[in-house]
Amino acid sequence: MPQNLNYLRETASQTAGPYVHIGLAPGAAGFKLFEKELGQDMAGPYANGERITITGRVLDGTGSPVRDVLLETWQANAAGIYAHEEDPRHSEVEKGFSGWGRVISDFDSGEFVIKTIKPGATPGRNGATQAPHINLWIVARGINVGLNTRIYFEEDSNAHASDQIINLIEQLHRRDTLLAKKTGENTYHFDVVLQGENETVFFDV
Amino acid sequence: MTKKNTYTGEFYQRDRSMHPPAYAEIYKTSVPRSPKQALISIENSLSEITGPKFGHNDLGELDNDLIKNYAQTGDAIGERIIVHGRVLDENGRPVPNTLVEIWQANAGGRYRHKKDMYLAPIDPNFGGCGRTITDEDGYYFFRTVKPGAYPWRNWVNSWRPAHIHVSVFGTAFAQRLITQLYFEGDPLIKKCAIVNTIPDQDAIDGLIAPLDMNAGVPLDCLAYKFDIVLRGRRSTLFENRLEGN
Ligand SMILES: [Fe+3]
Repeated sequence: MPQNLNYLRETASQTAGPYVHIGLAPGAAGFKLFEKELGQDMAGPYANGERITITGRVLDGTGSPVRDVLLETWQANAAGIYAHEEDPRHSEVEKGFSGWGRVISDFDSGEFVIKTIKPGATPGRNGATQAPHINLWIVARGINVGLNTRIYFEEDSNAHASDQIINLIEQLHRRDTLLAKKTGENTYHFDVVLQGENETVFFDV
Repeated sequence: MTKKNTYTGEFYQRDRSMHPPAYAEIYKTSVPRSPKQALISIENSLSEITGPKFGHNDLGELDNDLIKNYAQTGDAIGERIIVHGRVLDENGRPVPNTLVEIWQANAGGRYRHKKDMYLAPIDPNFGGCGRTITDEDGYYFFRTVKPGAYPWRNWVNSWRPAHIHVSVFGTAFAQRLITQLYFEGDPLIKKCAIVNTIPDQDAIDGLIAPLDMNAGVPLDCLAYKFDIVLRGRRSTLFENRLEGN
């Protein structure tokens, strides 16, 4: 036997289950417990940039909306800076801008609503630039490991042409699954398809 | 062991053999909710190695005490327990100042949730959620009551073992994890379809908290220990940067 490498192994994931709201959004579960629910205000009052609203649904393999889903978003500000110390420019982020949000689907319609500001382009690898995007993490009953994907914006097609991540997607038509479609001034639509035709591209990050 | 996590490189690739597959036939709800296409593996950029931060200002004083944090007329009913442990990374280093959130059923197996219709009663003094931030050593603890087992619709007679749902952030969005804590000695663990979505017995064992008599409070409560391991990272930033993609 060779020596042991002595790494620990990551704790296994388990589904968030149908009652994820109790822990992460108790107001939606039907009661108030915490003084302050987290992730309700992604941009804060002072963020520069375009205030946008993204609505959509998460659809299962039968085309039905997933009504007990929880989504978390993580994004840079309008200047493409993440509010995190590992972003070299993080001290420039506006006061109150967290870039992180938590939304749930409506229990009846399955619709979720993300209110934020449109992120700017962020640094990619090897000096490249990533097109504006919101990182999305999706958990629900029946989802065994949280799913990672990205929301890009339809109108940024020039930036998409050189985006390293988009270019990893071999089947060209699948790239469209990452595009939020403009539905009006400052409003977008973005559905996530968990399975089947038009299945959203998910990432192993 | 240094206290501060100074590893700033890329995260080790997630070992998917530790995790349940998206599609697990025995867990029926996963059947229509599992992607069929392969995940696309992407190398870390700033988008993955950054993530939200939380501070003590975000939390209330009783947020980690589920026996008291929804108490109206008295303490929550049930077997009083402490759940404690450390959040570590795969390098064995503590993950300090990270948010840990939990939620659970009450001692009778009933959730305080408008969609939970199980016939066990709601405990008027138990909300069922808590949260805390790890200290400099990655240590956290909660006080709560041991949740009850409850039936669920999978097979006709499916029961969840007693469990606490646990959500952890780490320092980066790439570390985000939700899991469930089970209790040592529970005979329902072996029978649970959700537990058994995990293909690796060591990985299952890693979700079972042992009884920890040393950490309990005599004449008050028992304790269970639950360490959580998040993805580790390389020691230096993007050392393969020049090799391209
Ligand atoms: Fe549960």
